[in-house]
Amino acid sequence: MKLKSVVSTTAALLSAAFVGTAAQAQSYEGQTIEYVIPFSESGGSAKWANFYAPKLAEALPGAPTMVVRYRPGAGSTEGANWFQSQQDSGDGLLIFGDSGSTKFPYLLGDPRVRYEYKDWQPVVASATGGVVYLPPELGEKFDGDMDVLKDEFYLYGSQGATTLDLVPLLAFKMLGLQVDPVFGVKGRGDGRLMFERGEANIDYQTSSAYIANVTPLVEQGLATPIFSWGSLDENGVIVRDPTFPDLPTFKEVCEATEGCETEGTAWDAWKAFFVAGFANQKTIFLPKSASKEVYDAYVAAAKAVVTAPTFAEEAEVRLGIYPQLVGAAAVGATEQATSISDEAKGYVLDWLKADYGITIE
Amino acid sequence: MFAQALPELGQAFSLIFQPAQIMYLLGGVLLGLSIGVLPGLGGIAGLALVLPFMYGMDPVAGLALMVGLVAVIPTSDTFSSVLLGIPGSSASQATVLDGFPLSKQGHAARALSAAFTSSLFGGIFGALILTFFILLARPLILAFGLPEMLMITILGLSVIAILAGRVPLKGVVAAGLGLMVGTIGAAPAGGSLRMSTYDLPYLVDGFQLVIVGLGIYAIPEITSLLRQDRPIAEKGSLGDGWSQGVKDWWHHKWLSLRCAVIGVIVGVIPGLGGSVVDWLAYGSAVQTAKDRSMFGKGDIRGVIAPESSNNAKEGGGLVPTLIFGIPGSGSMAIFLGGLALLNMTPGPQMVRNNLDITYTIVWSLALANIFGAGLCILLSNQIARLTTIRFTILAPFLFMIIAFAAFQSRQSALDLAALVGIGIFGILLRRFDYSRPAFLIGFVLSNQTEVFVNQAFQIAGARFRRSAEAGWDYLLSPITIGLIILTVVSVVVGIRASKNIRENMESPTATKTAPAIFLGAVTLYLLVSVIDAWGLGRLQDKVFPLTIGIVTLIGAGALLLRMAMKPADDDVFIDLEKGGDGDAPKGLWSTISWFVMLVVLTFLTGYIIALVAFLIAFFRRRGGFGWKTTLLSTAIGLAFILGLAAILGRDFPPGYLQGLVDLPWPLT
Repeated sequence: MKLKSVVSTTAALLSAAFVGTAAQAQSYEGQTIEYVIPFSESGGSAKWANFYAPKLAEALPGAPTMVVRYRPGAGSTEGANWFQSQQDSGDGLLIFGDSGSTKFPYLLGDPRVRYEYKDWQPVVASATGGVVYLPPELGEKFDGDMDVLKDEFYLYGSQGATTLDLVPLLAFKMLGLQVDPVFGVKGRGDGRLMFERGEANIDYQTSSAYIANVTPLVEQGLATPIFSWGSLDENGVIVRDPTFPDLPTFKEVCEATEGCETEGTAWDAWKAFFVAGFANQKTIFLPKSASKEVYDAYVAAAKAVVTAPTFAEEAEVRLGIYPQLVGAAAVGATEQATSISDEAKGYVLDWLKADYGITIE
Repeated sequence: MFAQALPELGQAFSLIFQPAQIMYLLGGVLLGLSIGVLPGLGGIAGLALVLPFMYGMDPVAGLALMVGLVAVIPTSDTFSSVLLGIPGSSASQATVLDGFPLSKQGHAARALSAAFTSSLFGGIFGALILTFFILLARPLILAFGLPEMLMITILGLSVIAILAGRVPLKGVVAAGLGLMVGTIGAAPAGGSLRMSTYDLPYLVDGFQLVIVGLGIYAIPEITSLLRQDRPIAEKGSLGDGWSQGVKDWWHHKWLSLRCAVIGVIVGVIPGLGGSVVDWLAYGSAVQTAKDRSMFGKGDIRGVIAPESSNNAKEGGGLVPTLIFGIPGSGSMAIFLGGLALLNMTPGPQMVRNNLDITYTIVWSLALANIFGAGLCILLSNQIARLTTIRFTILAPFLFMIIAFAAFQSRQSALDLAALVGIGIFGILLRRFDYSRPAFLIGFVLSNQTEVFVNQAFQIAGARFRRSAEAGWDYLLSPITIGLIILTVVSVVVGIRASKNIRENMESPTATKTAPAIFLGAVTLYLLVSVIDAWGLGRLQDKVFPLTIGIVTLIGAGALLLRMAMKPADDDVFIDLEKGGDGDAPKGLWSTISWFVMLVVLTFLTGYIIALVAFLIAFFRRRGGFGWKTTLLSTAIGLAFILGLAAILGRDFPPGYLQGLVDLPWPLT
């Protein structure tokens, strides 16, 4: 881990020094760039892509037009497989944005996956976070650990154990909570509604949804946040989420809770999926065949976007206060988010099979 | 509450009544009307079209554009439901039942204007409810838990009783089959694959509603009309004009109000989606009518009811979207995306802090309905003339648009194959007198029935573990009990009413062979599905298809038994090919083969090249046009579809050829 981050930081510095000159060579004036995402027009990825697309287009040399195209299907694997087949389109007129739900099947060895992350060239990587909350009568018993809360029987509205919900479900299991997931909810919003109706009694929301829809509940005393997933610092260590600095991280709670370990196979597995699902959730890629000039032009543009004076303010509303990694830093982060030890993978597959009867074959 | 709402409403009025904002609203309305007219394309396509322009737009203008577009789609989609017998969108499936017969009788303009007046009323009513409801709806929405939603879904399924047709058992089999087809793909709970494999990824996501709806209705209707080779209106002329329709609406204003209320309620409850609302309204109209003899044959009430409800639903549907940030339907999901681009986050905060901006939505909704419906009513006489044109001229264009709509869902040539495959199945359902609405309702409600059953069962189980009382309290809330009573009433009244409602008047029968082969194939499919479900490992993933499959299988078995016992002139052997359909100048299979040809060619050369070949061949051989007219018509069709795709930013499905060589757009 340490070596990797040293390498990536050095690489980031080097590339930063070079991009300034390399970017001049390429111009996209009058051209149309396709920005493909493997999701439908609704949902977080579309929001994210439409946030980045106009900014990126403006920052690229020649200010091209950028259109977002949607290729949903098979839990985003269809669109990703399609991108894999377009690896020859390295002229910079095609970019691809993935999400945690594209990385999860890849990590789990889903048979539908025909794509290879190692072929793709990451340009920007974005993080997000999430907050777990309880009904107030349970939340008030929370004192930094989950020991007294283990006796309760929990229901959790879940989109499915192999979706991003893998992260909370595994976390609950590590904490020793008896959580029965109610599968088949359509989105996290429906899960929250189930919580509000009193049908579910534990829930989590990603940062932006939490701020918009759970904060009012917290203010009215209808929900109590207990911990966040946390955020990764430059060294790949989990620290408190900058958007929710007052909340402990899952790591802190796990350390304080009896029977929950922050090292070993279970922890490695959780962290791998946390990184893929949250800490490096969404990434923009260029195809394998994109030349160094094309790649550098994109990295320079992305750098210009994220360092623009108004960016932080706009992103805070739309994406939360999270690092937007560019260039080599994105490469390092993607590498971390798309690799898992065989041991950890085996652990997750066994757990999915044993607890939920779900097999991936 | 009035004191809180009224000043903000006035504030919102001054925000929206600016020339620029009204222009955006009108732009949205015109766009929505144009998209809605095209069968199969609805709010999702329309919103996707304007989304790229949303970024950085003034919030009020952006809202006016989006709301204007969404609000009028259920208005203009009536055109294809009434004129062509093809549901314009999932919310106007029920309109076809009586609207299309009216068209055939030459009353298209009357049916249209009654529909538009109902839409107008429903839309305004929805906007009115939204105004006040948005301030106090929260507790009400939270009262609808999973058992309540399950019961509403079952109430929707109970409409099948009315639409079951001449032999009720056939209706049950059709509905069961619809439910079973709805379970194809990855299970919503555990992702087990049902009747599909990872080797054919297309099936893993299941069939899309657009494709099934178009396949079940559009393909059989186009085929049937094409075989007749004459205009839709049987006499080739228009009867009464639009003013009659407005009078009809006034005559049935209370029915319209009741259906608008149904529309709002269904819209307000998140998770139900819009596709049941028209059926519920239609069912309610039939059940309360004294004289039911004309339903299904062109009763104007059968048009007024669904159309009043589907526009009202949009107003209702905005309530959960705005106060919970939860989309009630596919188009609402994109609407939410659009709001995010306008830098607005729906949720309690938005309603509390930006009530004036929120209320511009109400005004946009009301104004859009007035503009949209007004425009449609004025145009209805003109557009109704479509029914007096020889259908062979319209058919290829229609099929082209439907195919385009179908492959919006996955952008794959398989979308087209699925469309024609399901279309052929729909033709057979129609031919052997199985209720197509029953099949469609089953399909539409399959997924949510399964999900709600599983979830309600699981949560109730947890409550029962706490105490039996807590369990029963959860399951049998006053709302659930009310809905159970309503469902029972609906089934009882429905079965009595169903005697009068026929999709087809005549009941020709001939030999036993053809009907028996079809039922045999259906039974075989059910058997394979049941065995497939039996083999699944996860209990939650197999319970639903297994139960429904076995029940339907028993129904199919009983029908087979009846076939064996009864003589060949029994209703169970109805075969429309032996009646009027068989007398049509053109054959059934030769007509279908035109569609199959387009599909096969698409797999070889991609859609656009295939389409050119199809259009030329069709106009020459089937239409008997001269070369000049043929080429001109082909060029018009091609220009239209290319323009549409260019505006929507879509590719066409590629074929084998595209795998060999790189071709420029639109041939890719």
